[in-house]
Amino acid sequence: MGQESNLNTTDNLICYHCGDVCKDNSINKEEKFFCCQSCKLVYEILEDNKLCKYYDLESAPGISPAVRSAIKFEYLDDEHVKRQLIDFDDGRISAVSFQIPQMHCSSCIWLLENLYKLNAGITHSQVDFLQKKLTVKFLNEKTTLRKIAETLDSLGYEPFINLDATEKKSKSDHLKKLYYKVGIAGFAFGNVMLLSFPEYLGLERLTDPGFHRLFGILNLILSLPVFFYSSSEYYISAWKGLRNKVVNIDFPLFLGILVLFIRSTYEVITQTGAGYFDSLTGLVFFLLIGKVFQSKTYDTMSFDRTYKSYFPLSATVIKGGKETTIPVSKLNTGDRIVIRNNEIIPADAILFLGDANIDYSFVTGESLPVQKVIGEIIYAGGRQAGGVIELEVLTDISQSYLTQLWNNDAFAKDEESKLQSFSNRLSKQFTFVILALATGAAAYHITYTLDMAVNVFTAVLIVACPCALALAIPFTLGNVMRIFGRNGFYIKNASVTERLSKITSIVFDKTGTITQGRKSEISFIGEELNDFELSLVKTLVRHSTHPLSRKIYEHLGAYEAFETQDFSEKTGKGISGIVLNNLLAAGSPEFITGKTFESSNLPFGNSSRVYLSINNAVKGFFTISNVYRQGLVEVISDFEKDYDLHLLSGDNESERAFLQSYFKDPLQMHFNQQPENKLKYIKAMQKEGLNVLMIGDGLNDAGALKQSNVGISVSEDVSNFSPACDAILDSEDFPKLKDFVMFSKQSIHIIITSFAISFMYNIVVLIFALQGMLKPIIAAILMPVSSISVVVFCVIATNYLAKQHKFR
Amino acid sequence: MSVIVVLIGVSVIIAGGFLAAFLWAVRSGQYEDKYTPSVRMLFDDEEKEKK
Repeated sequence: MGQESNLNTTDNLICYHCGDVCKDNSINKEEKFFCCQSCKLVYEILEDNKLCKYYDLESAPGISPAVRSAIKFEYLDDEHVKRQLIDFDDGRISAVSFQIPQMHCSSCIWLLENLYKLNAGITHSQVDFLQKKLTVKFLNEKTTLRKIAETLDSLGYEPFINLDATEKKSKSDHLKKLYYKVGIAGFAFGNVMLLSFPEYLGLERLTDPGFHRLFGILNLILSLPVFFYSSSEYYISAWKGLRNKVVNIDFPLFLGILVLFIRSTYEVITQTGAGYFDSLTGLVFFLLIGKVFQSKTYDTMSFDRTYKSYFPLSATVIKGGKETTIPVSKLNTGDRIVIRNNEIIPADAILFLGDANIDYSFVTGESLPVQKVIGEIIYAGGRQAGGVIELEVLTDISQSYLTQLWNNDAFAKDEESKLQSFSNRLSKQFTFVILALATGAAAYHITYTLDMAVNVFTAVLIVACPCALALAIPFTLGNVMRIFGRNGFYIKNASVTERLSKITSIVFDKTGTITQGRKSEISFIGEELNDFELSLVKTLVRHSTHPLSRKIYEHLGAYEAFETQDFSEKTGKGISGIVLNNLLAAGSPEFITGKTFESSNLPFGNSSRVYLSINNAVKGFFTISNVYRQGLVEVISDFEKDYDLHLLSGDNESERAFLQSYFKDPLQMHFNQQPENKLKYIKAMQKEGLNVLMIGDGLNDAGALKQSNVGISVSEDVSNFSPACDAILDSEDFPKLKDFVMFSKQSIHIIITSFAISFMYNIVVLIFALQGMLKPIIAAILMPVSSISVVVFCVIATNYLAKQHKFR
Repeated sequence: MSVIVVLIGVSVIIAGGFLAAFLWAVRSGQYEDKYTPSVRMLFDDEEKEKK
């Protein structure tokens, strides 16, 4: 876009509403300038309702609203849709929550919480900024769901309505429970410590034995909720693991907690000792803190989206000559639907009327839109660019060509199966060693007394409880996740780091992944054109909806445009017209030069060409090529040394020669790949024992992203739709990809190191335990010291390494 | 020395009060959105004064 701003001759007038540069000063009101009518309209609505404070909180906070259509939200009147969306309805008042991806500043919060001034039916509206969620309560008799959506839309905050957005609630419930558990464990830990002080200081002989007994019983009572409630997750997880014949990290924890509790209870009841309730409650408290730390998730992002959230919810149908909107799920074969500019085709359909120019870049990876003629089948998922078209529906959405991909096994696969994780493998060996050690020590001591044997057996299990290990993993991976998040790499959960560290092969998608989404580079090769000629060209291409024409038109943004006469467009060939008595033509080389080219002789390189002639003299051609992401060369050459690189593109081979210089092995570059081909390709690689990292962006990569060991989706705007994946990478931070992979490898080394540290503590304590000399005070000191030192080590080490990688 | 029993009882009750306050705060959703209230409190509420 650099060239354009140089040519821009108008002064930099900034739109008062949205902050975009205004083309001219024609749209204004009271010395305030606007870039478009819709921005001015929003300003007028706000001004009429005395809501102009919106502009005082932040400058130019607005969003330019999309083109409005009176029936866009008509489907919200449908009873079935309403029931799905409304959270609560008591007959008089209803509550509903919307996703509003556009909210971005404090002005947005202010305006959205003052909605009641715009729509009298709204009693209360509340924003959750991080989740970009707006909860509205409204009076049923005064307003409707549809009207609220329309109010929001008229302000530029078009609600994102998703019918399967029900899973969010369970997540917040889970977090709430975790907080309860932490609260209870912390409460018990503090009080038990306090009551154990006489024990620590060796005061029990000085004081009344009655206190001793009272404190013991109080400790037992305080520990009951910790044992039965706070640590319940560990029992469930350990049991689940055992049922699947896996000894997971929670199993030795469960053993430790159980033995601690039983032995302490026994000691208190028989008055043989004070028990280890402080260690028990402390252990559970620290473990749960680790869980809270690791539970960080990215609320605004969804990693599990299927095609359903990409497809529109409603479609405009023509019935008896009238347009109505109905939910997409109610579309039937044979329905006549209307699709406007920039709308998505909801189901496989036949083109009935109009010029279809379908942009499939997100769906199939083809970089240029496809022109269709009347009678052709248009597959669901494409986006119309151009005028209004009418289509006749062929199949349901769930049966359409694209969505059938979701019937593949890869989507039915249980998430857990990917997770034969490192910690679980470690803990399995660990558990057996500890059990053997404990039994061995007990067998040795049993020759003296049974009491001593039990004592030693339980002491070993208590000491060996892999508390430090259980803390090292959540704190390291949790911190890594935060560091990644700060640097534009958002991972679904902490275990992604672990999987990322084991990658052996990397598969790239082309369109939108290693090329920049909608951007293209345009240059003219041939005789140099003067400003007047460029104006003529702009005038000509203005009339065409062909994507290449649109791109040239945008490229020539700042030039003047005139009137055209005798404009004609020949589909698939080119356009011509007379501008100020000059005959202009633009199009394919055959159309302009009259010669036929053997396509193999054309030095096409990595670009598409549009030839131009003025007054029958061939002037040259525009080349329109994809722009590769910044840092691509570095990323690929960095990876090349240690990883096996592949390219899977849905696009044609026109850029093969160019990409050959990056991806050395031609056998690992594949073009014209269907979504299923990509999935199968990854599957085949995995069969060879490779751990595959797939980097993609569109729906066509959805299968491959799901099948791969780690699927990363590259996105220009991380809160926008991206297909189901393990991580979302902000395209700006694409050059750091190698650092992310290296960092995840190093974080696993950090875990191993911290495990060694905690093991040293364990050996020291084991020496005490094996001799039957484990005093509560030693356990009480060593347990927190080892835990805290491991946590501190993990956090400092990850932060240090992050600095080495120059992360933010 | 029996005053210790009273003191222990008082301390557990006070700590229990804080625990109850924490559980109530979680329950009423105060930990769900930890960002928006920090912005919301900065808005002037002139409108409400007029009412």
